Amino acid sequence: MKKLILSLLAAVLFAASAHATTLEDVKARGKLLCGVNPGLPGFADKGDDGAWVGFDVDFCRAVAAAVLGDAAQVDYVALTAQDRFEKLASGAVDVLARNTTWTMERETKFPLRFAGVNYMDGQGFLVARALGVNSVFTMSQAAICFLTGTTTEANVADFFRERQMVFTPVNFDSVNKVVAAYEAGQCDSYTADQSQLYAIRLKLKAPDDHIILPDVISKEPLGPMVRQGDEQWFNIVRWTLFALVNAEELDVKAASVEDLKASSKIPAVRRLLGLEGTFGVDLGLDADWAARAIRATGNYAEIFERNLGKDSPLGIERGINALWSAGGLLYVPPVR
Amino acid sequence: MEHSVAYVRTEDAPILKPPANLVGVRGWVMANLFPNWSNSILTVVAALFTYWVLSNVLGWAIFRATWTGESRDACIVEGAGACWPFVQAKFAQWIYGFYPIDQRWRVNVCFFVGAAALIPLLMPSLPYKKWNALFLLFAFPLLALILLTGGHFSFGFGAFISFVVQFLAIVAAFLPLTVFGIENGIKSAKPGLILVALGLVLRVLSYAFDIPLPAILDGVSTTYLIALLLMLAGGAWGLLQVLGAGPQASRPVLRAWLSGGVALLLVAILLKWDFGLEYVETSQWGGLLVTLVVAITGIVFSLPVGILLALGRRSNMPIVKYFSIGFIEIWRGVPLITVLFMASYMLPLFLPPGTNFDKLTRVLIGIALFSSAYMAEVVRGGLQAIPKGQIEAAQALGLPYWSTMNLIVLPQALRIVIPGIVNSFISLFKDTTLVTVVGLYDLMGIVIAGFADAKWASSQTAPTGYFTAALLFWVFCFGMSRYSQYVERRLNTGHKR
Repeated sequence: MKKLILSLLAAVLFAASAHATTLEDVKARGKLLCGVNPGLPGFADKGDDGAWVGFDVDFCRAVAAAVLGDAAQVDYVALTAQDRFEKLASGAVDVLARNTTWTMERETKFPLRFAGVNYMDGQGFLVARALGVNSVFTMSQAAICFLTGTTTEANVADFFRERQMVFTPVNFDSVNKVVAAYEAGQCDSYTADQSQLYAIRLKLKAPDDHIILPDVISKEPLGPMVRQGDEQWFNIVRWTLFALVNAEELDVKAASVEDLKASSKIPAVRRLLGLEGTFGVDLGLDADWAARAIRATGNYAEIFERNLGKDSPLGIERGINALWSAGGLLYVPPVR
Repeated sequence: MEHSVAYVRTEDAPILKPPANLVGVRGWVMANLFPNWSNSILTVVAALFTYWVLSNVLGWAIFRATWTGESRDACIVEGAGACWPFVQAKFAQWIYGFYPIDQRWRVNVCFFVGAAALIPLLMPSLPYKKWNALFLLFAFPLLALILLTGGHFSFGFGAFISFVVQFLAIVAAFLPLTVFGIENGIKSAKPGLILVALGLVLRVLSYAFDIPLPAILDGVSTTYLIALLLMLAGGAWGLLQVLGAGPQASRPVLRAWLSGGVALLLVAILLKWDFGLEYVETSQWGGLLVTLVVAITGIVFSLPVGILLALGRRSNMPIVKYFSIGFIEIWRGVPLITVLFMASYMLPLFLPPGTNFDKLTRVLIGIALFSSAYMAEVVRGGLQAIPKGQIEAAQALGLPYWSTMNLIVLPQALRIVIPGIVNSFISLFKDTTLVTVVGLYDLMGIVIAGFADAKWASSQTAPTGYFTAALLFWVFCFGMSRYSQYVERRLNTGHKR
């Protein structure tokens, strides 16, 4: 009996070792395969020269820099909302960085898992500045535009009912119709996920006359995904994300990485940049992994502001995506 | 006296100008625009309407438009019209898709060679039509394939040689039909055809079942060897029959057969040859390039296949007839969008796992078959219009079937259906926009993809993009339409109405 168990164990071990890990695959290929959205303003789209840019794209670049040492060694695979999980599960991509909401179902129904949260989205409200509204709590009796057939509808109905407020739904089955109705003044407010509202605002006739209220009525934590069963790769993706956020906390920027590496006395910075400890090697990479990622894309704040925040046309506020120490919800474990 | 003859004029009366309201601009205007009250009202209304449309369109597209700028900031001015800097920034992308920028010259060469070969073909006065057409139909697609993908295809050369040999053997078995005519040909080719058929059946069976036979040669399956021998024997029989007909009859047939084999080998060598071009996968193609590749492939395939299907549908041979009817009705009964979904999502499920052939290729095949079915019915419309007497007269002269069709029926039938054929071409050209549903970026798809760029997002971005796409499509479709009218005028000497 003992013999049988041992031989079974050996067979399992052999099978596991015969199968290359994701890290080995990526290194052998020399390219990271990254699943992204085919076109979502600020998150992933192609610039005038055809190169991919965006918040999710920069995350792919950071992982490539950490693993392969070159942020340009990424093959982007544009995935639709329908086929993204299947493509990740089947190995068509190594990482899925495609504004995917972390839900329980997606970790229990698919053989996939989320490596963390890189953007906390949520349903918000777009209103005309001239209306003088500054909170959704004062919007009882309002006419609200939204897209039918999405969770948006249920969220807004629940929110108003819970607070015993009433609203008039004005709904359509395509985004263009909703925008047209909002522009025509058929409703006081337009509700959708905040990141979408910022993109839609750009397309209005006078974008600056409209604001997005700070209130958020639903949880949409977006994050990168990997396959289950490869803990090493999961750790690499997760800790690349954590390293970028830690870098913001420690004020390590793309431009200051080299100087800090040479001169920093702060223990947390020295650990992050691989001057102390064996964190990178334990991860399966090398000591310089986080420094490479930060050098390639900047820290979380730099990535955010460049693609979504004040340096981009979208102008999204940090809001709940600010660091915990700055009044937001962004809180990651330390490199220690 | 003087007065009594005063009525006799000694000189011509002065030639007066006609009344001013009958000639010149004023006369034309009075006669055509304001002849009476009702027409005058219509003229005024139409003029006002035209002014309204033109002032809006031109005002938006030209007078109020933004012409220069680096980003959306230039286009979000209050009351601004079209956002042309967006088009300038994205135009190269609309033509080439995401084709690597340093490799775009390859696309340019294809565009240029294609245009340089097509234009002389379209002008009736220029010579060498046959060579021109052969270049455009055979050499140019090969050139475009190698240039656009990079060539250097990795197929086994041994497998290809074996394919060519089998193909030539099968064709050889059919050769007697071309020399002796169909009835006598079948009689003399029969043993060869049976051998070839047996070989083919064995090949197909060996794919489906594992046939246990002792190995004779190392590394070569015995079933394959037997099948190959059967086919070679069949081919040899066919060749012997042809040779038996004497050099006069056999020489042209044999020459065509041999040069076909040589051409196949040449194509294989070219496709395998490493020209040092970087490989560009079709997922990077896009824009006008994809639109033209899809449309031209559809057009070039659909006409000959459609003609064959139309002839097949009117044939007396039951297998040919019912195959044609089935093919046409199945493909015409399915929406194009379904065909595209089948080609890109369902087909891979039916193929053995591991075979992964290119998505664009699958879409091209789907569209070519789909448009052939439509073309078949257009051509059949023309065939129906040819009186039976024409065919009977040809038979009375002793013309065989293909000569009757080539020399008498098709030239008349196709001339009648030129508007229908071009109609199909134009609708096919515009239907290419449907390939976006399977993730290919044609011209329309890439224009829409550009709207997602936050750098250019404004209320005028989408209208400008759609307007430009519409103009580009219109230029191509209008060009096709005008050329077809020219061809009609040139050919339609007898029954012009």
